Amino acid sequence: MAKAGTPEQRDSVVCPFCGLFCDDLSVAISRDRIEVLGKGCALAKELYAAIEPPLPPRVDGRETSLEAACARSAEILAASHFPLVAGLGCDLVGAKAAVSLAESIGAVIDHAASDAMFKNLLPLQDKGWMATTFAEIKNRADLVILAGTDVVSRFPRFFERFVWNTDSLFGPKHPPDIVYLGGGFDTRAGHSPDGKAPTVINCDTLRLAELFQALRAVYRGRTLQAAEVAGASIASLEVLAQKIKGAKYGALVWAVADLEGPHGDLAVQAMCDLVTEINETSRFSCVPLGGSENALGVQQVCTWQEGFPLRTSFAGGVATYDPYLNSWRRLLDSGEADAVLWVSAFKGGSLPFETKVPTIVLGAPGTAFAREPEVFIPVGTPGVDHAGHVIRSDAVTSLPLHQLRPTELPRAADVLRAIDVRAVARKEAL
Amino acid sequence: MLIKLAGARVIDPGNGVNGEIRDIFIRDGRIVTNPGTKPDRIHDLMGKIVMAGAIDMHSHVAGGKVNIARALLPEEHRRVQRPRKNGRRAGTGDSTATTFMTGYRYAEMGYTAALEPAMVPVNARQTHIEMSDVPIIDKGTYVLLGNDDYMLRAIAGNKPQAAINDYVAWILHSTQSLAIKIVNAGGIAAFKFNGRSLDLDEPGPYYGVTPRKILQTVARAVHELGVPHPVHVHGCNLGVPGNYETTLKTISGIEGLPIHLTHIQFHSYGTEGDRKFSSAAAQIAEAINRTKNVSIDVGQIMFCQTVTASGDTMAQYRNRVFAKPKKWVCMDIECEAGCGLVPFKYRDQNFVNALQWAIGLELFLLVDDPWRIFLTTDHPNGAPFIFYPHLIRLLMDKTFRNEMLGRVNKDAAALSSLGSLTREYSLYDIAILTRAGPAKILGLADRGHLGPGAGADITVYTEQEDKERMFSRPDYVFKDGEMVVRDGEIIAETWGGTHVVRPEFDRASIERDLSGYFDRYLGMRMEHFRFSEAELADQNRFRSIVQPCRKSDRS
Repeated sequence: MAKAGTPEQRDSVVCPFCGLFCDDLSVAISRDRIEVLGKGCALAKELYAAIEPPLPPRVDGRETSLEAACARSAEILAASHFPLVAGLGCDLVGAKAAVSLAESIGAVIDHAASDAMFKNLLPLQDKGWMATTFAEIKNRADLVILAGTDVVSRFPRFFERFVWNTDSLFGPKHPPDIVYLGGGFDTRAGHSPDGKAPTVINCDTLRLAELFQALRAVYRGRTLQAAEVAGASIASLEVLAQKIKGAKYGALVWAVADLEGPHGDLAVQAMCDLVTEINETSRFSCVPLGGSENALGVQQVCTWQEGFPLRTSFAGGVATYDPYLNSWRRLLDSGEADAVLWVSAFKGGSLPFETKVPTIVLGAPGTAFAREPEVFIPVGTPGVDHAGHVIRSDAVTSLPLHQLRPTELPRAADVLRAIDVRAVARKEAL
Repeated sequence: MLIKLAGARVIDPGNGVNGEIRDIFIRDGRIVTNPGTKPDRIHDLMGKIVMAGAIDMHSHVAGGKVNIARALLPEEHRRVQRPRKNGRRAGTGDSTATTFMTGYRYAEMGYTAALEPAMVPVNARQTHIEMSDVPIIDKGTYVLLGNDDYMLRAIAGNKPQAAINDYVAWILHSTQSLAIKIVNAGGIAAFKFNGRSLDLDEPGPYYGVTPRKILQTVARAVHELGVPHPVHVHGCNLGVPGNYETTLKTISGIEGLPIHLTHIQFHSYGTEGDRKFSSAAAQIAEAINRTKNVSIDVGQIMFCQTVTASGDTMAQYRNRVFAKPKKWVCMDIECEAGCGLVPFKYRDQNFVNALQWAIGLELFLLVDDPWRIFLTTDHPNGAPFIFYPHLIRLLMDKTFRNEMLGRVNKDAAALSSLGSLTREYSLYDIAILTRAGPAKILGLADRGHLGPGAGADITVYTEQEDKERMFSRPDYVFKDGEMVVRDGEIIAETWGGTHVVRPEFDRASIERDLSGYFDRYLGMRMEHFRFSEAELADQNRFRSIVQPCRKSDRS
């Protein structure tokens, strides 16, 4: 652990700042800053550097004790008729405590990134999919299609760690063919180390559902009347269909947060349908990359504890799942929620909403507010201020986060549990 | 505190006790001999039946694939709801019950342990974090090997058995597991090379290793390490008509090494009759009866909506056409495993389903030695575990069984020998199948029996003619000496432990090799793959119960 004035080097550090959770960073830790020495991407460098010093809790803008802040939080939640527990940027133990709290006070639970996450979840719940994970791509993939994303804006080291490796388990690896579907991407990361340029099929990324249905028809050998679909020429889809047929192990990658527009779930559905069909004769897999800030971990905790992946209400003591009605943003915008507890432990910055209803924020010290919330409890960052666990964005591998510096900041999980106990006691007293 | 359970009829096959009236004394969570001092509490159990807490030795209760199945089926979770009550957590689902629901329901049925039988190694950390949300019962995991690149490469490269043993031990330690599971040896790996079937003696793609060789090598490693539970095997060709021949060859091919064949019902199919689907239960049972190194669990199916959750992507991709509702998931995982989820509805008027049901029961009734056969539905693959009381009645009550047989598909019933089987299980037999037997085969020395020194996991029943009712709702359940269920209701929430084994091995030697392997090929540091109990020390409810290994057989 770092002492004042003497930077300490730590290797094999797990970076908590995107869904890849790269576990090979070297960092220099001193009392007031953490500097990336090796393997960190620009995002990691920026976010480690942006870590702010600890702050005391505030109630109505006045500094106070953690105990008083928890008590005030419990009071607000116990008095609420329709509380919302959301944000949920936290580690697994934090998510457990948040789901438990939501159940005790009859709240709705949801994650900050759920608009994006449900573009994957709805197609999963409608039809399912065939998916794969990073080590399989690293060792097997000979074709990687990126649909509507450059991947690296959200997951900076994706190519470096899982695509451009030169040796694989199954012999020397030829760089896989890379195909971008969309326009305006920075495709530099998709150039192979030996200089091979990726294929870019320009198209309207808001119309990927159409594009993939057309691609599936072309893959089946159907003749299409149209000359282009969603801005892509049928000829370019025919070339892509041939590449797919020639691939031994293909990967179709999308970053769900990049599937903009209202119908991203239909694009995902069309991609899953194509992959399922390809598997009748050869191997191909979806890589439905989920969110950062442990979004997949939080979704999994909610699923194992309650049977539903977020957007669940506990009003009346039963779990009621509604992927539309229980969106945190809708509940705040419509004025239905009358209190909100928001958790965002991984990074500071502005809250993604403004509301007049009583607001409790468990956030990184650098959190900024347009309106001072009723309660602000600065909490430690998992992987910096305390140890924890997260689930990688390919949904299977879980990683341990380490504590890098001593801190007086509490863990979100402990604060949530303290509020839970007090809120239950208050509700019983009411 | 000293607790006395007074005057019950004790059925404890672990100690050869069959229905004698006895007192049981509990101190500090353990069963003790009568200390001769005045008990602090006495439960008068006159007229009651007392058994050890039941152990489900094969139940998919947690981990990545189970959680995908939960997410896949919101309709089931909407249908089956357990409200939050008296501070007990809410829960949903049958076949994909949530963690709290799982613990409560097992305890309410008198079960005090359930073992997750197919944990993907890289998913160990998540699985244990998830299982630490399963209240009351003890847990444990069997970790998957036999489709992982490292093992197949080691076998293909003729690595010495000692090095393979070190790897197996390292995996058990690093994933906090109790046993080794093999699912479709080599078949999941073959599917990643676009293989669609792989028979026992067929060299798999790339590695050129046969499933038989994989089974032999891993079975030997488990045996030589002194791990109590034999290698736990989900065989080749699951669900394929005619697969009984593969199963028979698997039994003979293991050459006397201990082996456990799981959900054998799904591997006991013949090809006779007009529909080319028939029961081969008699042939399989005959082989089991003859081959003492083999144990089995049944994987009984029941007529219901459920979901099949398996590591066997090759079989699950094949079975996708039967999905009901029509949705399914298959995943390739990290060059070590896979998973497949296919929802399934078993219907009594469907010929195949009815025959599957009969085949499971035939196996129960034709295998002679109750110490080598275990009561499972392969939850949730054959049915959710909540069907156990019904299954027990089918085994104990011939009249009821035949009545049920009369209701299933007539063609299937006509082809089955079930109606001619007159055997009825006794309470003593059931106690072996669900308590003493599983504890013995898993090496849980202090569980599954009621002798001094045992953990005080105890279930108290009122004997009833209707055995389904009797086993559905025990009067009392004690977990580690604490009463957790009274009259079928949870009255206390405790947290069980996690059974693990930690065989001796040469860590330095295997880690020298593995460290570079992880860095180069898996894109994850070896030290982050290893999951340690200390990681959960300050936040979760993980407590290991280290079960002893036999003295190593290695010279």
